[in-house]
Amino acid sequence: MTASLTDLTLKDARAKLRAREISSTELTQAYLDAVARYRDWNAFITETPEKALAMADASDRKLAVGEGGPMEGLPIGMKDLFCTAGTRTTAGSHILDGFTPPYESTVSGKLWAAGAVCLGKTNMDEFAMGSSNITSYRGPVASPWTKRAENKPLVPGGSSGGSAAAVAGRLCVAATGTDTGGSIRQPAAFAGICGVKPTYGRCSRFGIVAFASSLDQAGAMARTVEDCAIMLEAMAGFDPHDSTSADLPVPDWTAACAKPVRGLKIGIPKEYRVEGMDPEIDAVWQGGIDWLKAEGCEIKDISLPHTKYALPTYYIIAPAEASSNLARYDGMRYGLRVPGRNLVETYGKTRGEGFGVEVQRRVLIGTYVLSAGYYDAYYLKAQKVRRLISDDFLKAFEDVDLILTPTAPSAAFREGDKMDDPVAMYLNDVFTVPSSLAGLPAMSVPGGLNGDGLPLGLHLIGKPWDEATVFAGAAALERAADFDVVPYGLERAA
Amino acid sequence: MSLDEATVARIARLARIEVEDDRLPELARELSNILGWVEQLGEVDTNAVEPLRAVMPIPSRRRADVVTDGDRQADVLANAPASHDGYYVVPRVVE
Amino acid sequence: MTYTIKGATGEWEVVCGLEVHAQVTSEAKLFSGAATVYGGAPNSQVSPIDAGMPGMLPVVNRECVAQAVRTGLGLEAEINKVSVFERKNYFYPDLPQGYQISQYQHPIVGKGEIHLDLEGGDTKTVGITRLHLEQDAGKSMHDAQDGASLIDLNRSGVALMEIVSEPDIRSPDEAVLYMRKLRTILRYLGTCDGNMEEGSLRCDANVSVRQVGEDGFRTRCEIKNVNSMRFVARAIEYEAKRQIELYEQGGDVEQETRLFDSNKGETRSMRSKEEAHDYRYFPDPDLLPVELTDDEIEGWRAGLPELPDAKKQRFIDDFGLGAYDAGVLVAERATADYFEAVAAKAEPKAAANWCINELGGLLNKAGKGIEQSPIAPDQLAALLALLKDGTLSGKLAKDVFALMFETGDDPQKIVKDRALEQVTDMSSIEPIIDQLIKDNPGQVETYKKNPKVIGWFTGQVMKATGGKANPQAVQQVLKPKLDAA
Repeated sequence: MTASLTDLTLKDARAKLRAREISSTELTQAYLDAVARYRDWNAFITETPEKALAMADASDRKLAVGEGGPMEGLPIGMKDLFCTAGTRTTAGSHILDGFTPPYESTVSGKLWAAGAVCLGKTNMDEFAMGSSNITSYRGPVASPWTKRAENKPLVPGGSSGGSAAAVAGRLCVAATGTDTGGSIRQPAAFAGICGVKPTYGRCSRFGIVAFASSLDQAGAMARTVEDCAIMLEAMAGFDPHDSTSADLPVPDWTAACAKPVRGLKIGIPKEYRVEGMDPEIDAVWQGGIDWLKAEGCEIKDISLPHTKYALPTYYIIAPAEASSNLARYDGMRYGLRVPGRNLVETYGKTRGEGFGVEVQRRVLIGTYVLSAGYYDAYYLKAQKVRRLISDDFLKAFEDVDLILTPTAPSAAFREGDKMDDPVAMYLNDVFTVPSSLAGLPAMSVPGGLNGDGLPLGLHLIGKPWDEATVFAGAAALERAADFDVVPYGLERAA
Repeated sequence: MSLDEATVARIARLARIEVEDDRLPELARELSNILGWVEQLGEVDTNAVEPLRAVMPIPSRRRADVVTDGDRQADVLANAPASHDGYYVVPRVVE
Repeated sequence: MTYTIKGATGEWEVVCGLEVHAQVTSEAKLFSGAATVYGGAPNSQVSPIDAGMPGMLPVVNRECVAQAVRTGLGLEAEINKVSVFERKNYFYPDLPQGYQISQYQHPIVGKGEIHLDLEGGDTKTVGITRLHLEQDAGKSMHDAQDGASLIDLNRSGVALMEIVSEPDIRSPDEAVLYMRKLRTILRYLGTCDGNMEEGSLRCDANVSVRQVGEDGFRTRCEIKNVNSMRFVARAIEYEAKRQIELYEQGGDVEQETRLFDSNKGETRSMRSKEEAHDYRYFPDPDLLPVELTDDEIEGWRAGLPELPDAKKQRFIDDFGLGAYDAGVLVAERATADYFEAVAAKAEPKAAANWCINELGGLLNKAGKGIEQSPIAPDQLAALLALLKDGTLSGKLAKDVFALMFETGDDPQKIVKDRALEQVTDMSSIEPIIDQLIKDNPGQVETYKKNPKVIGWFTGQVMKATGGKANPQAVQQVLKPKLDAA
């Protein structure tokens, strides 16, 4: 009975809650039990069962009188990058030890206002820097997925790895993520779930621990496209506290999921057909193309000539912004302080011990590319190439409505693989980074399994502010893929 | 661009990150590797290109000049590693 | 006129540019909604944004932008319709974000100028290089606790205008005149209160020297912390002499930042073992460029008050004042307003004279500003009317003025209460004159040889009437009587 409760989609759970077939307290308790049972996945950094039950109770009271918001009574995971008033927020870092925000992020606040129930704060790569959730100070996350044939843990992807594992493993009905270069879409692909990153400016960044300000966007992760749409509607909207937040109404994305895609023009960028591409990735991509063609879409080959420069551009801009954004973690006003003999030593020790190696690496790169004499060659150059990348997309979108690519160049891998070489690790984001640089809405949906039985993702990129068409296309792919495989880790453990 | 250990040490000091000397060779290698990789941007002709300044072209906004926050000393200091009499206490700032 | 310093090898010239940090007059901070008022309890005017808490974002204050543009217009400067906030990265415990949001490559205001009123009515133009908006840092207190410093972030995030001059200043006195004039303009505009004690106006001086006749500039030093008008001149003079001495001893000036020690009256190097700053400026990705429309700028221009230079010219043209008096009157807008209120009802030159000398003197002695003057402009105008119609003599008027200052009473009341009207009725004075001539035959004889002695007789009459007689009227009666005696 309990298992079926946690298997419900967000949409179905909401219907049952509204029909009062189930209570939020029941649903929340089922999820809390699951969270406890699969604690060794390490999907949550902080569990908030008491808060969850109190929120569920409040939701039940509202539902009992036919009230409540669009997320009323639905238990979700909150990525630990969102500041939550009164609940510790770590960003997966040692340096935020003991930090409890006295304020709520706009996005989490909107979700609570919509009635969502907080199960806890999900694990993540430290400061969202990583693609496998192994840089978290709170330890790596094990994916509920393993290869079909062997029971060895795989990474859930990152940086929103805890959220992906929790959603795929039925530890919550949906979860928030943040995406800087693919941190929602890549783990969604690895975990066989859906993940949407809206247009830059759609969701407020206020109260989200900043990684790279010009790239960070919050988004939704859930088991269906429509669930993502429902949740994103509750998260998005203008916020006067974020200067980069767009003052635009939030469209009815739930309705967009049911919109026919016949006649839509789908661009297939030839530059994404990278050399040495895994044939299984290519196959799933081709599958996606065929499905959309069958739905009546027009497939067009397009060119995004500067694609190969997207990753290097990203790995200048993101570390540069991060090096500055992370300067505030200095041990003076909150978080970890490791005392030295004087101020400079205290700074050095606090940041030396408080930041993990990947964060240090990026802060150092970012410091270097902004330093005197190098700014023009690196940062300025990267911002110019970024414009070219963005222009490539805008030009392509004169002819097409959506762009279809694979989400990631591989399926989930084992912790330790690809770890030695940072550059090899960065290549994980090769398909997601270009759209991040251009600020475009994009979504990953499960496209099928590879030979090992691991999920692979399909990736749709839309025009600025046109999440609606992304949802329509993603829903079409979802219907065609009919992906209903439950993670093997979940089955084995159950 | 190949970074030597002295440069890495200088950057680390600038970033206020204490790096043990024995980590410098490895860091220098890694950072050089990353920089060598990003330098392929040099191939792109950007002479006539304006750097991207706003990701999405939305109108810039200004807020009203109204006091909306403050009078929350306890909140401000609640997370401080050390505080005294309403002040943050930090290691002595050497002039 | 030119200021030079005589060294062992010849005459030296001072080359100076000033960087002034002026606190923008606004209710709330540049990027947060915390208050800007001075003197609150520590960390009581701090939002999580000002404390650099995780995830906090800046949103620019409309009024601070307007104030910067108004100031730019007041400095006859170019207004840049697009300006960009950048981050200046460095670590310091009073800098919570680890960077200061400032403007670097694209300031909101470009080149402008300030006109200095030199002695003798000459003016000198000092170029303004730029004006940009930036955040103030918090305040550190170093000696309160052993081995520790205390940090108060109330000032963190308060809007500042950094106003940078060209190296056009050639003497310590010119530097002071520049500061005074800039302060006057800011106060006229209402964009900064100019209060140096509270740190609303702070000054750093870039100083170099060169031999008279030499072209180009030599190495300059930046003198920090010259935060009173008095110190500006002293710091520049000390620093110039130090540099001259170095050169003349065969040494060289090193480009560095120096701190003015107001106790010792000297500058000293701030060089530490830390390597040179590398601020790693880059556009703040949390903020979009500030874009101004022509309509906005013209609206602000239309709302500007009359500025001191224009007001001074008007006082000269319309009221016939001398350049010096006009300059004194316009230095503070309140003084100029006071003067104009008096001049509306009295003879302007007399009004200027009384405002500057009599009122200025008493206010100075009492340590009061013109806003606290116990004498209202109408009251001064009334006094001037009594002086003009002969009710009061010049001497009596001054006495009455002093009483007005003391009591705040109207001059008419003081005159009436104390029976101070000038005696114009000669019938009461004639007997006094007759008696005087009768009693002083010797002086009458002297008068016959030297008519100037009439002054002695007049003085005696004035004394006898307690100063209430009109000296001209007295002489008109006195002269025929003396001539006839």
